[in-house]
Amino acid sequence: MSRYVRPYGDTTGDGMIQTSFTLPVPFGPKADGAALQLAQKMGMDPAMVVHSHAIGADFTFFVVYGSVKHIVDLDDVRVVEREYPLLSPSEVNTTLKKLLRRKLVVVGGCIGTDAHTVGIDAILNIKGFAGEKGLEYYRELKVVNLGAQVSVPELVRRARHEKADAVLVSQVVTQRDAHILNTQEMSAAFREAMGDRRPLLVAGGPRFDPLMAGELGVDRVFSRGTTPGEVASYLVHAVKEKKGVAA
Amino acid sequence: MALLDLDPKVVATARKLAARAAEPVVSIAKAHTTVAVERATLRLAGITGADSTHRAGDVPWVNRVIDTVREQCGLEHGVSLPAFHALRENNIATLTELAEATAAGQIKFTVPQGKDRDRAAKAARTAVAKGIRTIDRNKAQREKLVTKLGDPPQRPWIYLIVATGDIDEDVVQAQNAARAGADIIAVIRSTGQSLLDYVPEGATHHGFAGTYATQENFRIMRAALDDVSKEVGRYVRLTNYASGLCMPEIAVLAGLQRLDMMLNDSMYGILFRDINPIRTFVDQRFSRQVHARAGIIINTGEDNYLTTADAVDAAHTVTVSQLLNEHFAHEAGLPDELLGLGHAFEINPKVPDSFRLELAHALLARELFPDAPLKWMPPTKHMTGDVFNGYLLDGFFNLCGVLTGQSILLVGMMTEAVVTPFLSDRDLALANVRYVLNAAGNLAEDFRPAPDGLIVKRAHQVLGEAVDLLERIVDDGLLNAIADGTFGLMKRPADMGKGADGVVEKAPEYYNPASELLEGM
Repeated sequence: MSRYVRPYGDTTGDGMIQTSFTLPVPFGPKADGAALQLAQKMGMDPAMVVHSHAIGADFTFFVVYGSVKHIVDLDDVRVVEREYPLLSPSEVNTTLKKLLRRKLVVVGGCIGTDAHTVGIDAILNIKGFAGEKGLEYYRELKVVNLGAQVSVPELVRRARHEKADAVLVSQVVTQRDAHILNTQEMSAAFREAMGDRRPLLVAGGPRFDPLMAGELGVDRVFSRGTTPGEVASYLVHAVKEKKGVAA
Repeated sequence: MALLDLDPKVVATARKLAARAAEPVVSIAKAHTTVAVERATLRLAGITGADSTHRAGDVPWVNRVIDTVREQCGLEHGVSLPAFHALRENNIATLTELAEATAAGQIKFTVPQGKDRDRAAKAARTAVAKGIRTIDRNKAQREKLVTKLGDPPQRPWIYLIVATGDIDEDVVQAQNAARAGADIIAVIRSTGQSLLDYVPEGATHHGFAGTYATQENFRIMRAALDDVSKEVGRYVRLTNYASGLCMPEIAVLAGLQRLDMMLNDSMYGILFRDINPIRTFVDQRFSRQVHARAGIIINTGEDNYLTTADAVDAAHTVTVSQLLNEHFAHEAGLPDELLGLGHAFEINPKVPDSFRLELAHALLARELFPDAPLKWMPPTKHMTGDVFNGYLLDGFFNLCGVLTGQSILLVGMMTEAVVTPFLSDRDLALANVRYVLNAAGNLAEDFRPAPDGLIVKRAHQVLGEAVDLLERIVDDGLLNAIADGTFGLMKRPADMGKGADGVVEKAPEYYNPASELLEGM
C-alpha cells in the first residue's frame, strides 16, 4: 500500500468518485450549472452531472461523477481508539456467559426529581435506540428498570437486593447542575454503603461530558447519541477488567 | 383466489385456539378499569386543557380530576358518577371548571347514591354521548370526503412516515409527501411518549425523533391533509399511535380529530415497553371500541417480533399474534375491514431462497385474513448503511407486496438506520414503489406457486407451528405465556410493569357511560 492514495475508479490514481445531493433550485439548466459549481468547489475536476430530476417544484436531485484532486496521506491518518471493542449482541452474550457463568445484573433508573426516562428507556427497553435493541434484548443481561424519580437510598437498596453488577443512572434535567449533584450523591451513597464491593456505576445524559467520570465518582459517563450496543460492550469490557484484577 | 390450499379445518382450529387463549384475558379486561380509561371517558365528556400553573409543568386537567377522585373516593365506581355528582352539588357548568376548582382544593368527591346516582349517571351519559356524536360526525365526514375525492387509485396504499419533532415542519413534509404520491401519512411520536401517563397539550415543536401526539397537533395535521387532499384529488389518510400508557385517551382524541388509522397492538406495550399486561389489555379493549365507532383502521405491530427474533424461526409467532390481535379486535367490535394486521420483510437476505420464504409468509397472512387491510412493512434489521444494497432490497420488498396482494405498503427507505430520510431518500423510495407497481402491478394474476413447491410447503409449515404454539398458550394461559417469554423473548409477569398502579378492579356498581354507549347499550 502506498503512503499517498487517491480514490480508485477503474485506473490507479484516477481519483474518480460519485456523489448525490439535492439543491433547493427548480429543475433546469441553471440547477445543473449550480450542481456543477458545487462539485467543482468540492474538489471534483472535471465533474459530470450524469443525472438530475425535479423533486417537487422547488428542488432538484443530482448524481455527479468526477475526479477529485485531493490526495490522502496515510501517515497523517489518526484513528481514535475506543477503550473497548464494540461487540455484537451475540458476542456480548457469549463473552458474559464464559466470564460469569450467570447473567450480568443491570439496575437502571432516573434519580432525583428527573422524570425524563427517554434516555434510560432508550438504553434499557428492548425497543432500543438508533436501530439497536436495548439491553433487555441481551440474553445474558438481567435488566431491572426502576423508571423515573428513584431516590438514592431506594436505588442502593434495589441494587443490593438484585446483587447488581452495574447501576445505570440517567439524568436529563440540568437545572442548577442537578445532574451533577444527583450523580455525586449517588456515587457517594454506593461507596458508603458498599465500599469496594459496589457495582459498576455508569451515568448517562445529553449534558454529561465523558471526561467527568472522576468528578462524578462513577466508572463511566456516556453522552448524547450513545447506543445500547456501546453500553453493553462497555459493560463486558469493565467486567473483564474487574475479573482481571481479582485473578 | 386461494393459492396455498390451506386446510380450512386447520385454519378454523387456529382461530378457535386464539379465541380460547384470549377468553380469560377478555374477562380480566371487562372486570377492570384504568386511570387511562377513566380519563378517556372524561375527554369524551368534553374536558380539555391543562393546568399550566402546576409545578410539574402542564398537567392536563383530566389527570388532576382523576387523581383527586381516586384519592378521595376511589375509581372502582368509575370517575363519571363522582365527577358529575360534584358538578351538580357545586353548581358548576363544565368539567374544565370543575377541574380548576379541584386543583384549588374546593371539591370533595363522593360516590352518589339513590336519586343522586341516577341524576349523575344521566348527566354523564348525556355529556359522553355528545363526544361520541362528534366521533360519528367525523366518521360521516370521512366517508363524504372519500366519496367526493376518492380512495387511492391503486392497491397497496402507499404509507409514508414523517417525523421532525415540530408539527409545523411535519405539515410541510406531509403535504410534499402527498403530492409525491403518498396515500397515508404517519406522524411518528416523540421517543418515550408511550411511557408518559398523560397526553401533552397544544401544538408542539420540540419532540425527540418524532412529534408529540396531542389533540392540537392532530387537528393541525388533519386540516393540512384535507387541503392537500383537494389538491391531489384523493383522500389522504392520517395515522398516529394509540399505544402506551395513554392508549384509550389517544384513541378518543383521534376520533375527535378524524384521524384515519392508528397503530394499536394488543401486546406491543407489554413486550417492548414493559407496560403492565393487565393495564394494556384493559386499555386496548376500550381503545379498540373507540376505533370501531370512529371507523379507524388499526395497525398491529407484528413487525416488531421479527426485528428482535429471527424472521424465519419466529415466523409463526407473527401468525399467532395476528390471530390474537384479530380476536381481540373482533371482540371489541372492529370488523375485518378495519384490521390492518401487520407483518414484515425481515428475513436475512443472505439466507438461501429468502425471497421465496418472504412470499410464503406474506401469502399466508393474505390467505388467512382475506378481508383485512394487511399492513406490509419494509426491511429494517438488514439495512446496513449500504444504501445501494438497501435500495435493491426495498425493490424486492415492494415486489413481494404487489405479488401477494398486500393492502397498505409502508415505504422502505434505503437510509434506514443511517439518517432520518432526506427529501431525496423519500423521492427515490417512492420512485422504487412506482416502478414496481407499474412494472408488475398485476403480476399476481400470473403468479401460481407450485402446489408442492417451497412456498406452499413453507406456508403450511408456519401455520402448523402457529397452531402448536397456540395450543401451548391455551394450556399455559396467555398471561403465563407472556410472563414466560413466549413472545419476542421478553418475560413480562402480569403483576409487574409500568402503569400497574393505574389498574382498578371494578365494583359491582361501576358505571361508565362510554362503555355503555360504545357497546350499544
